[in-house]
Amino acid sequence: MANSAKKAVLDPLFENNPIALQVLGICSALAVTTKLETSIVMCGAVIFVLTLSNLSVSLIRNLIPGSIRIIVQLTIIASLVIIADQFLKAYLFEISKQLSVFVGLIITNCIIMGRAEAFAMQNRPALSIADGLGNGFGYSIVLLITGAIRELFGAGKLLGYTVLPVVTEGGWYYPNGIMVTSAGAFFIIGFLIWGLRACKPDQVEEEG
Amino acid sequence: MRHSVAYTIFFAGAVCVVCAILVSTSAVSLSELQDANATLDKRRNVLLAAGLIDSSRGVSAEDVEKLFKNVSSLVIDLESGEPAPDVNVDAYDQQKAKSDPALSREAPPNSAVIKRLPQYAVVYHVLGEQGDVEMIVLPIEGYGLWSTLYGFLALDADAKTIRGLTYYQHGETPGLGGEVDNPRWKGLWPGRIAFDDSGEVVIEVIKGQAGPAEADPHQVDGLAGATITSRGVTNMLRFWLGANGFATYLKNYHQGRSER
Repeated sequence: MANSAKKAVLDPLFENNPIALQVLGICSALAVTTKLETSIVMCGAVIFVLTLSNLSVSLIRNLIPGSIRIIVQLTIIASLVIIADQFLKAYLFEISKQLSVFVGLIITNCIIMGRAEAFAMQNRPALSIADGLGNGFGYSIVLLITGAIRELFGAGKLLGYTVLPVVTEGGWYYPNGIMVTSAGAFFIIGFLIWGLRACKPDQVEEEG
Repeated sequence: MRHSVAYTIFFAGAVCVVCAILVSTSAVSLSELQDANATLDKRRNVLLAAGLIDSSRGVSAEDVEKLFKNVSSLVIDLESGEPAPDVNVDAYDQQKAKSDPALSREAPPNSAVIKRLPQYAVVYHVLGEQGDVEMIVLPIEGYGLWSTLYGFLALDADAKTIRGLTYYQHGETPGLGGEVDNPRWKGLWPGRIAFDDSGEVVIEVIKGQAGPAEADPHQVDGLAGATITSRGVTNMLRFWLGANGFATYLKNYHQGRSER
C-alpha cells in the first residue's frame, strides 16, 4: 500500500509525466507560462482541482451509474474549477486577472478528466489522492521549468525581479522575442521531451 | 453493475444539488472580497495614471485608500458634459452600461473602433490640499492591433496638458505593442499638450522619435515595431478628447473654472 502510494506520487514526475509522455494539458502549458508567477498559481490551481476531483470521484466510484459517469466527473471537475477561480479572484486578484480564462479552462485540461476516468474510478480514495498529487506535480514541473525559462529570456526577470537588465530599461540584455510568444513554449516543451526521452529511451514511441 | 433508470436520475440530481451548494456557497461568501478587489484595482489604475503611485504592484490597499481620499469620482452625462447626480458612482459600471440599450447609444463611425457609447461616464478629480481640482482622470478605450486597450488619461487642471497615460487591460503583442506598459514610454507623456490653440485635438503618436515635451508638445515617440498600436493610441485619444468623447465636459469644466 505504502509502496503503491509512493509510486502513484513519484511516477508521474519523470517516468510517466502527463505533459512529457502523455502529451496532455499542452494548451494551458503554452498559455500561462510567459511568467513564472502565473505558472506557479496555475500549478496550484491544477493540483487543487486534480487532487480533489480524484478524491471525490474515488469516494463515489461504486455509486456512479456507468451510463452517466463521464458527465458526473465533469460536473465535479467544473464545480471545483469554479471554486478555485472564485478563490483566486478573492485572494490573488492581480494574478487571476492575468490568468483570465485559463483558470476556467482547467475544466478542459485532459489530465484531470483522464485521471478521474483512468485512475480514480478504479482505486481507493487514499491512492487516488496520491495519484492526483503526483500528476499535479508532474504537470507543475514542466510548467515551472517552462515559465522560468520564458520569463528569464523573454523579459530578463524571474518572479518580477530583474535578473538580466534589458536594453529598453537601460541594461544590456536584448530580450528574446520568441520566448514571450506561444511558439517559445512549444520549443521549450519540445526540448524538455527530447531531453527526457534521451535519458529514458523506453519512453520513445515506436515509429511506424 | 447496472443501475435502474430511477437510480440514475436520482444520482444525477444529487450530484447537481451538492455541486450547486458548494459553488454558490463559495461565490456568495467570497463576493464581498472580490468586489473590494475590483474597486481597489480600478482605484490603483486611476492613481497610476495620475502619477501618484509608480507601479500597480507593491502598493498596499491602505496606501491606495489613503491616496484615493484626495480623489473624487464623478458621474457625468457624456453627451451634455454635465454632472449626473442621480447616478450612484459606486454602483455604476461604465463597461456594463455599454451593453445596456437603455444606458448607451451607437457610436458614430470612428477610427478608434468604438461601437457603443455609454450615456454616463465616470471621471475622477484629483484634489489638492485646498480641495481645488489638480488633475482630471478620464477613462479611455480603443482598438490597437489585436485587442481593445482600456486605460486612463490624466489631464492637468488646465484641461489641456497631459499628466499621464496608463493602460490596465490590453492584449497587444508583448515586447511590441505591449510596450504601452513600458514605464519609459509612459514617462514621455507628462507635459505634452493635447489641444492646439483653437481647441482641436492634435496630440499624436508619431513614427520615430519626438522631441522633449517643451520643444515638441503635440507629439510622442512611436512604439518601435508597433505602428498599428501606436496609431490606435492616437485614435483613441483623439476620439475621447473629441466631440463624441469628453470635449463637452472639458469645455464646461474650463468655463466653470474661469468664472470662478
